[in-house]
Amino acid sequence: MTLALSIIALVLLASILAGLVPVLRGPQPAERMLAAQLLGTAAVAILLILSLLMEMPVLLDVALVFALLAAITLICFVVVTRREDH
Amino acid sequence: MSIELLALVLIAAGAAFFVVGTIGLLRFPDTLCRLHALTKADGLGLGLTCLGVALLVGSVGEMLRILLIWGLVAVSSAVSGHLIAGHVLRSNAPVRGR
Amino acid sequence: MIDPLLLFDVILGLAIVSLAVTVLVVRDRFAMIVLVIVFGLMSALAWVRLAAPDVALAEAAIGTGLTGALLLATWRQVRTEPERWPALPRGVMVINMGLCALVLAGLVGAFLATPLGTPGLGVAVADNLADSGVEHPVTAVLLNFRAYDTLMEVVVLLVAVIAVWMIDRGVSQAPQPTLGPELGDLPRGFARLVLPAITVIGAYLLWVGTSAPGGAFQGGAVLAAVGILLLLTQRYQPQPSHRPLARGVFVLGVAGFAAVALLVAGGGRVPFEYPADHAKTLILLIEGLVTLSIAATLAALFHGREPEAISTQGGRS
Repeated sequence: MTLALSIIALVLLASILAGLVPVLRGPQPAERMLAAQLLGTAAVAILLILSLLMEMPVLLDVALVFALLAAITLICFVVVTRREDH
Repeated sequence: MSIELLALVLIAAGAAFFVVGTIGLLRFPDTLCRLHALTKADGLGLGLTCLGVALLVGSVGEMLRILLIWGLVAVSSAVSGHLIAGHVLRSNAPVRGR
Repeated sequence: MIDPLLLFDVILGLAIVSLAVTVLVVRDRFAMIVLVIVFGLMSALAWVRLAAPDVALAEAAIGTGLTGALLLATWRQVRTEPERWPALPRGVMVINMGLCALVLAGLVGAFLATPLGTPGLGVAVADNLADSGVEHPVTAVLLNFRAYDTLMEVVVLLVAVIAVWMIDRGVSQAPQPTLGPELGDLPRGFARLVLPAITVIGAYLLWVGTSAPGGAFQGGAVLAAVGILLLLTQRYQPQPSHRPLARGVFVLGVAGFAAVALLVAGGGRVPFEYPADHAKTLILLIEGLVTLSIAATLAALFHGREPEAISTQGGRS
């Protein structure tokens, strides 16, 4: 059980690392932001699994904070990239 | 034991969606297609992970917090998807079929 | 067979170092910002693996969420400027490298001088936890055993917001980022939906801090997100007439903290030595005030200027 969950956590970490490629590639800001969103959700999934593996329910609070603030960063992105000529 | 196995299968399926979503992000031709890949990973990947982890936790409080996390990510994923799609359409980024 | 979690830790550590290097060498400003956000994300995971959930919470809230919002707001101010990267004079580079080498040498020295396998100050904290008034060792250290340091950290935030208000005076004329009609009602509807949830979670993190990971900085940072969302969706527009209130809230944390610290002195006690019977109440009082200050200060830093300069009704002439 522990082994299987550890391997899944490792797979998710690998998917985060692969998700860095679109962040670096761009070139549109939206592309980079999109990839960052996916990384954020994957980090939430890793935290959920780690909360089981490390037997620390408090990690759910960390995941909760991630989930809350991800959307705010995104709204912030959409607002700051508005063009003034609208 | 069977519950543990079910939880493991759910979590593994969730992780598989993240992997597929990342591959989509790398391989799909334009931003809107990649958005499509992203929302699948967000919705199903995290949804399945939450379900699996919720089966394994000990207390109702933890289950409720997991439900809250899933709800928040579901709502914010829908909002983010919509806002990014609008942003892409308004910008001059290349989009297939335009 | 290698433990997959050990592999996880090694990869995570390598990824954090490579991310730090990449942030420095990438030329695209926006890519830098996203990389810093991802860097915060990975650091939070690293703190989790080091079994430091308090730091992970702070990193998740401040390092990832709020820093991202602050950097994006800054990006808007500088995005029209050409991306110039003037070459640094060789002398500056040599001096910088020398200073970095000194810091590195100091860290290596400190690491090598630390006896391995000793519990550090953990034993002392555990022995005195009963006298601190709270059950969570990290809060006991932050708000009681080394409260003076924490007070200084709150002062740093106060100084930051004062500096931002001073520097921005008359410098920035760029219009404030606002929602446009093309974004529709979605962000406002989203704000209506999640604002209560964020407020409750921020208050929860503050409250839970006495017995579990959480506390003023984590709660304040989450509550600052409420302010940022209100500003972004224009449900709150700062007005010049709000300045006295804003100043009051900025100072509240430092003033309340310092007042409690000084008022408990006397009768054989030194400042910051809370009477054991009231320690929990006093710590919660301080944390509550500090949380309000942190939330208001971080939201004001995001806003990035005194209300006077942006006033949409008329503005400054």
